[in-house]
Amino acid sequence: MHSAEGEVVRRRLLRKKNLDLKFMGQYFKDIWEGIWTVLVGMKITWSHLFTPAVTIQYPDVKLKLPERARNRLYVNMDDCIGCDQCSMACPVDCITIETLKSTPDVDLGLTSVGTKKRLYVTRFDIDIAKCCYCGLCVPPCPTECIKMTDVYEFSEYERNNLIYKYATMTPAEIDAAKAKLLAYEKAEAEKKAAKHVAPQPNS
Amino acid sequence: MKEFLINLLQNDILAYALMAFVPLAWIVPFALFAVWWERKISAHMQDRLGPMRTGGWHGWAQTIADILKLIQKEDIIPSAADRLLFTLAPFVVFVGSYAAFAAIPFSAAYIGSEVNVGLFYVISISSLVVIGLLMAGWASNNKWSLFGAMRSAAQIVSYEIPIALALLAVVMVVGSFDLQEINRAQSGFFWNWFVFQKFPLLFLAAIIYFVASLAEVNRTPFDIPEAESELVAGYHTEYGGMKFALFFLAEYANMFAVSAIASTVFFGGWNSPFGDFLSGPWWGAFWFISKGMTFIFVHMWLRWTLPRLRVDQLMYVGWKVLIPFSFVIVIGIGFWLMVVR
Repeated sequence: MHSAEGEVVRRRLLRKKNLDLKFMGQYFKDIWEGIWTVLVGMKITWSHLFTPAVTIQYPDVKLKLPERARNRLYVNMDDCIGCDQCSMACPVDCITIETLKSTPDVDLGLTSVGTKKRLYVTRFDIDIAKCCYCGLCVPPCPTECIKMTDVYEFSEYERNNLIYKYATMTPAEIDAAKAKLLAYEKAEAEKKAAKHVAPQPNS
Repeated sequence: MKEFLINLLQNDILAYALMAFVPLAWIVPFALFAVWWERKISAHMQDRLGPMRTGGWHGWAQTIADILKLIQKEDIIPSAADRLLFTLAPFVVFVGSYAAFAAIPFSAAYIGSEVNVGLFYVISISSLVVIGLLMAGWASNNKWSLFGAMRSAAQIVSYEIPIALALLAVVMVVGSFDLQEINRAQSGFFWNWFVFQKFPLLFLAAIIYFVASLAEVNRTPFDIPEAESELVAGYHTEYGGMKFALFFLAEYANMFAVSAIASTVFFGGWNSPFGDFLSGPWWGAFWFISKGMTFIFVHMWLRWTLPRLRVDQLMYVGWKVLIPFSFVIVIGIGFWLMVVR
């Protein structure tokens, strides 16, 4: 006959045995799962081995840039009227413009949009190293002469080479224009003074 | 081949020196090629291209350029390092891995030394690498290096056991430690190879050997001694230039050594898979090397598939999975042989 105590011990042992079997099962299951998941991973990498690469070999192959890509600035000096609006719009002050008034006898011509040019542009420097490619200089331009191109390869060995000088006038031309302006202003001032002085005795 | 060289040169020492250089003439180009191959495989597995420019066709000369760069580099020894051990370590590592090639049969006609304890010798001599790694880690006087070296020692010591047991199963079947003897026992068609014999015991032994050999040569997923993301570069953190190159060469030589053992012991070594078709000394070398390269490809394949194990997981796999299983295989083979004979 089984005693009650014996029954309890027997049941406890059975439970322990079941638990051990469960752990044992888990052990083999883990190993199997380990091997299986490794094989699954290997299958994935194997398939990628034959997937065409997504690499674009840059200097040999170049991606087409978006239509409105903003890269190196370009100024068409034929159209520039020296209004300084691009320079004022620039948040990093990378555009420096100096102008000189022309005398009435000189015709500087028209821009392509029909604006009359009145100023000599003696200096138009863009420090492209400073440029942040925001494009804010482009919309204010009344003659649409400053624009962002799609050129992006312009590294230089010298930092100074990154200051682009767009002004077309030679120093000699600038000096001549300056002298002419001075002479004109002097003549104007004299004329004005003479006009101003002449009526005096009558009053 | 030994007799041929002795007859040709009429000089024992020269002939033996030439014999000793044969594996080196294979390992160095192999290492250069395998580094490039690994980079290409890793790249393509990640949908990249890898080196494409140096040398023209798919950047084949990239590793040659790299080794030229390494040769030109300054030989830096950290001021806090132990100079002697630091300098010695890469050589010990390389000697350890190169010495294993002495007993590896490249073909029926070529084996450095046909000793009757060949397999035993390979297992024991390749453990010499651990000393070199510990040396490097200790002499660098750098915590990462020492961590890497300690991990590597713990790992190699643990994984030697399943390796030895898995190989022992085959040794029990052949009844010899001689690697040429093991090769000859697998001659004929590919179903005579030991992976397919005594199924599934030796098949499991081959898997165990392969997994443990990955750990033995510190390759992913068992690359915790080098663990770039945790230990900078493990035991060779402080090394640069030619010494670093020597570590690299030893690593690839080791990779080939374990793959060569796998192919010799389980996959018929220099035996052609098709019986006498395409067999012979030269074809033997071809089959041997292509089998070895296949395993190296699987090494690389696994490297770019699996993440690195944690140290405790590594120990779990070694001690709680591979070792019990290899014991079961050894006992099973023992019973099999006892019953069949």
